[in-house]
Amino acid sequence: MPEDFIARSIEFLPILLRGVVVTIEVTLGALLLSVVLGLLWAIMGRSRLALLRAVSRTVINVVRGIPIIVQLFYVYFVLPEFGLQLNALAAGIVGLGLAYSVYQAENFRAGFESVDPALVEAAQSLGLSERKIMLRLMLPLAVRTALPPFGNTSIMLLKDSSIASTITVAELTRAGQLLAVSTFQNMTVYTLIAILYLAMSLPLTLAVHHLERRMKRR
Amino acid sequence: MIEIRNLRKAFGANVVLRDINFEVARGEVVCLIGPSGSGKSTLLRCINGLERHDGGQITVDGDLVGPTTLPTVRRKLAMVFQRFNLFPHRTVLENVAEGPIHAQGRPRAEVLAEGKALLARVGIADKADAMPAALSGGQQQRVGIARALAMKPQAILFDEPTSALDPERVGDVLQIMRDLAAEGLTMIVVTHEMGFAREVADRVVFMEGGQIVETGPARQVMTNPQEPRTRQFLDRVLNPL
Repeated sequence: MPEDFIARSIEFLPILLRGVVVTIEVTLGALLLSVVLGLLWAIMGRSRLALLRAVSRTVINVVRGIPIIVQLFYVYFVLPEFGLQLNALAAGIVGLGLAYSVYQAENFRAGFESVDPALVEAAQSLGLSERKIMLRLMLPLAVRTALPPFGNTSIMLLKDSSIASTITVAELTRAGQLLAVSTFQNMTVYTLIAILYLAMSLPLTLAVHHLERRMKRR
Repeated sequence: MIEIRNLRKAFGANVVLRDINFEVARGEVVCLIGPSGSGKSTLLRCINGLERHDGGQITVDGDLVGPTTLPTVRRKLAMVFQRFNLFPHRTVLENVAEGPIHAQGRPRAEVLAEGKALLARVGIADKADAMPAALSGGQQQRVGIARALAMKPQAILFDEPTSALDPERVGDVLQIMRDLAAEGLTMIVVTHEMGFAREVADRVVFMEGGQIVETGPARQVMTNPQEPRTRQFLDRVLNPL
């Protein structure tokens, strides 16, 4: 039995590793998009303009209230009817990036709220512009607070990248499904998939811990 | 240099400053004293626009304080805070250099050299590369003063600069402030340090309930106050038992 497992693993791994590459592409792409959009929602949410705050709140509530799988279907199957045709990989990245941007926005919001207003006053009294106060004070301090929940969100995103399999993105889960269906080696295939996800999420956890410690030292 | 006319400030229905009038000449040291909640700190914060006033006017070196003039006003004034308010993610020297480099746009090398000289002047040259959290309260407040001086301001506003300090360290900070006063720096100091007010201030303003009760030359107000309320306050503060 273990010999079989090893023999089959050697046979299956190259196929699954191609899925791993796509999983990493989807995860990193969606992570980047979610951070950019999440920061945008968070900054808009702090704006003096009521309109921007309303847009931010609406986006967050709407996106958070719709299942990720439905959002992916929408981007992949519905947007083409409005003339926006994305390939499966791009649709996966856009859909997951948008879905996760609202969680990132909440992380950033908590980070911004943790910044002591007295520090902002000190920066104002030095004559720093609002833009400089954001870039040089708020953002660096907010990121420190947002980092632990950011690590958590990143790992959730890595796992949820498997949802992209439903719109034919050939990431790890889909590669594994196809393999399992054609070989009937369910145990071997799904065990390998689980190990491969762990092999990606554990280093991610360690990397975030490392960053947290480095930031605390500074 | 600083003129305040009919200043009024309210938080909702709560009027915290009513009809405040006074001025500070160049080179003058003015101490604001009075019980907690008398509006001293709020008055100070109105001068550099950290609080927006609701009536009357404040001029700083000819500029009327208002939303559009804040950058100009803040270039002329610096502030030292009770809780220091140092930027926790930057070194001591970076704290001191932040304003000159990033608000005033002065050349980095020059600012850093001046910053080191300022840190030496307040007695913490060896802490230039330390993070603020590694410093004692007294050391942090010296950084606060160096950060204010680095702006080359025309006046510095001190908001209870020694109230959060270890009693043993209060003297060091007051001594630095006294030296600055002797060098002719214009200072407005909100303080509970009556000895400092008596010895260093040119003028003392006693406030209560958002109003100026009495103002006059420091020695006169501190040793021979005219108003019964000032007399009562000083008597209680100077002889707490």
